[in-house]
Formats: sequence, structure tokens, C-alpha cells
Amino acid sequence: MTVKRLSWLLAALLLPLVATSLLWDPALLLAVARRDPALARTILTELRLPRTALALLIGGGLGLGGAAMQGLLRNPLASPDVLGPSTGASLGAVLAGYFLGGGVLAVALGGVVGALAALALLVALAGPVAGTATLLLAGVAISALGGALVNLALSLAPSPYALYDVMFWLLGSLADRSLPQLAVAGPLIIAGAVLLLAQRHRLDTLALGEDVATSLGIAIPRLRWTIITATGIMVGAGVAVAGSIGFIGLVVPHLVRPLVGNRPGVALVPAGLAGAALLLAADMAVRLPVNGQELKLGVLTALLGAPFFLWLVVRSR
Amino acid sequence: MTLAITNLARPPLLAPVTLALPPASVTGLIGPNGAGKTTLLRAIAGLSAGPGTVTIDGAPLAAATRVRTLAWLPADRDVAWPMRAADLVQLGLGPGAARDDAAITAALIAVDAEAFADRRVDTLSTGERARVLLARALVARPRWLLLDEPVANLDPFHRLGIMALLGRLAATGTGVVIALHDLDLARRHCDRLLLLDMGALVATGTPAAVLGPAHLAAVFRIRTGPDGWEAVETQSG
Repeated sequence: MTVKRLSWLLAALLLPLVATSLLWDPALLLAVARRDPALARTILTELRLPRTALALLIGGGLGLGGAAMQGLLRNPLASPDVLGPSTGASLGAVLAGYFLGGGVLAVALGGVVGALAALALLVALAGPVAGTATLLLAGVAISALGGALVNLALSLAPSPYALYDVMFWLLGSLADRSLPQLAVAGPLIIAGAVLLLAQRHRLDTLALGEDVATSLGIAIPRLRWTIITATGIMVGAGVAVAGSIGFIGLVVPHLVRPLVGNRPGVALVPAGLAGAALLLAADMAVRLPVNGQELKLGVLTALLGAPFFLWLVVRSR
Repeated sequence: MTLAITNLARPPLLAPVTLALPPASVTGLIGPNGAGKTTLLRAIAGLSAGPGTVTIDGAPLAAATRVRTLAWLPADRDVAWPMRAADLVQLGLGPGAARDDAAITAALIAVDAEAFADRRVDTLSTGERARVLLARALVARPRWLLLDEPVANLDPFHRLGIMALLGRLAATGTGVVIALHDLDLARRHCDRLLLLDMGALVATGTPAAVLGPAHLAAVFRIRTGPDGWEAVETQSG
């Protein structure tokens, strides 16, 4: 399948998902039925639109970021949630919540700084060539450290309510996110995506190794730091708004890369589109009430993603 | 299009080398394991930092014109992703270059690999993959080819075919520098040989001059016997 056809196919899949996510809301339908256009407009612009846009942007960012990390490290197990940046972002966002007052901008900034720090540490520890074992060990260590520090912050929570808030946020959700979150995370994720997409040809060439890529005129250090910065910004902004949403960044590149001839750079656009579609579909699924409660988005993506991860492990044995 | 090397060194692996490589010829780089062949090729290609300069027609290598000026082929055959052979060869045209199916097909035909164009490289044998990777180095028709063991892993037919191909490229103006272990191929197919030993350039000249009995015994510890090469007894043994 050509990358163009795949991208159009995914875009065509996104359309009905977006329409459903925007319009499918009992409160919205009720407002329409009562002929209350003001209420309907408010629900649409301040609830449905930001939530749909955030699902698309965060899912797309995770898919794109995961594909770029796998391409950069030439390793199919690289992804934000396995190797630490997601945990780093959680820690940064929690600390920003504690010390900077928990405003949307402060939390987003904390998330971005945390994700960038975790990624920089990962590349510094694992080295540029990143054999699978070294990479995973470094990533597991960074994730564990980040997780422990998040738990430390939780156990020092100033009040039970703050603890409850942070724990629920960590489970991952897009419920009650509105325009302020979109205004902060949207530009960050789009900027990261533009930066990453500009590297797609260089990522393809990197399949031949860093030395051959250098011999073809690519400045490897600049490429590495561009991808780390862009991925950190996207993952950090996403986690700060929606909490930790696992497995999209790991699973989506594996779904699309074989469809585009296993070219890591060519896979970027389809990975972004597929990530957006997957998270939007997952967000609609969690809005189906179970036991009167909305399921947490991060719980659902992990429930779907973990078995896929296991299948990868079994297949690669 | 002379490639001039001045005081190029990578201590402790390579002592300073100064020489001019003429275009339109095949220069063989020979020497035992660890002699510094790969280190010298990488240094010429600008892949390692260190003292010395490399210029082509008086100018250093520029990133923008690298692809058409010089191609470097490493000795390892690793490809990170199971891409199609044709897609892999396309990468040799440089990042973001327009798809050039005619050039890809020509390069694959040159190395007798057009039959694998649509195969994934992880389904190819090591020798088949080596030929596809060589096509990657050829596809942009660079003026200089720096090839590290391009015929290792190849069967005799393809060894001879690739060496003949390099000779034809040299006849049309390409400068070919090739690291080789097969001294028979070096003798028959190279116009000039550079002999490296323990990180130092110890001899340059025609194959007949460089592959004399004295060098063979001192550097390679072999001599010509009735059945081909035989090891020279070491003095201490």
C-alpha cells in the first residue's frame, strides 16, 4: 500500500469518528430537542470540540512520537511509555502542580520539562547506538525512578483531596478538559509534530546506521536532539493535559510501519493519523458509562495495548 | 578530481598518512586484521574526528554535495528495518531525494540483484544483502567510491563480477578505493595497492611491487607455496 493511500484511508476513518465524538452527547441532543441553540452551542464549543481536538492531538502526538523514537533508536521497543518520557512528564506535571500552583500553563510546562529531562537522560545513558538490552535497562531504570518520585510526591500530598486529584489524573482521562487545556497543549503538540515531520527523510536514511547517514550528509547530533526535543514537547504536553496514556506510542508504529514497507520516516504521518484515530475511538468507548462511572482513558489503552505488547514479545521469541 | 590526503592520522590506530589518490583507477587497501584499513577509509570519508585533511580537487567535502562526490560502504551488512531492497537503494540518492526508479534498477542490475528489488532485505542471504547495499553506494554515481570489504561473503562468480564492475567504473572516471583481504583479487583487479601494517602505510605501488615475497612474509606472514598461500613459520615458534 502506498503511504498516500494509507494516509487517505486513515483520514477517511477519522471523519466519522470526529463527527460522532462531536455530536454524540446526551446533553447536546437534549439541548437540540429542547430547541435551546445557546446551550447546544456552549456544549459543542466548550466541551465536545476541545475534548475531540485534544484526543486527536494527544493520540496523534503519541503515535508520531513513538514512531520517531523507534526510528531514531532503530529499535521497535522504543516508545514514550516504555522508556521513561511519559513518567518524566507525570513527575514534572505533579511537581508543577505542587510548587507552581497547578495552573494549566504551569502543569504543561512541568510535563514538557519532565519528558525532555527523561529523554535526555535516556540517550545519555543508553548511548547513540542503543542496543536493545542497554536501551531497555536504561528506560526501565528511568521509568522506575520517575515512578518512585511521583509516589513520593503523592505520599507527601498536602491533603487527601490533592492526593485523590493527582491519582485520578495519573490514570489518564480527557473528561472535563476544555478550551484552556486545548489552547496550551494544542500549539505545543503541533509545533512538535512539524519539527518531527521535517525529519522524516533523515529517519528513513538512518535505517542504514548513523555512519552511513553521516556519509550521506546528515548531521546526526542535530537530528538526535531535534527528535528528542520534539518528542519531549509532544509527550510532555499530552501527559500534562490527559495524564499518562500508555501503549499508543508503542503499538501504533507497529501497526502502520509494515504497511509502508518498513520505512521509519514514511511511517510518521500514518502513525500520527492512526494514533489520533485510536485515542479518539478509545475516548468515545470510555464515555459509555460502566457502573455509573466513566472509565479512565489510560486504563482502557493499557487494557488494549498490553496484550498487543505480549503478542510482540511472543512473535519475536 | 584527485583525492589528496595530508597528514591524516587517528592515533593510536592510524599513523599519519599523506598521499594523493588518482581518479579513474582502482586502489586496493590491503593489510592483515587490525592493520587500519577500516580506520583509514572512515577517516577519508570524514566519519571520524582527528588530525589531517582530505580534499577533492583542493576543496574539503561539503555536506550539500557529499552524495554525488563520495560514497562510503561499511563492512557490516546491518539494516535496522526490514525494508524492500529497492527502497533501501533509493536511500543512496540522499535524504529527501526524488524517487529515481531508473537509477535504482540500473544499480541493482549492475550488482546482479535486480531479481530481489521487491524482496525485504531480511529475507536475503548475507551475500545477496551485501550486493543490495553495494547498489545503495553506487546509485548516486558518486565520483569516489570508498568500499570496505565489498566482496566479503560473495560467491566466486559475484566476486569476479563486482571486481569487473569496479574496473569498468574506474575506466569511466570513478575513483575506487577498496579494502580487500583476497590478495589474488587485489593482484588481478587493482591498479595500485596501499599496504597497511599496524596502523602505518608501509608500501604503495603496483600490485607486482607491493605483493613481493618480502612484504608477504613480513606483513602477512605468508609465502607462495606449490598449492597456493602457506603460512611462514614464526621466528620465536
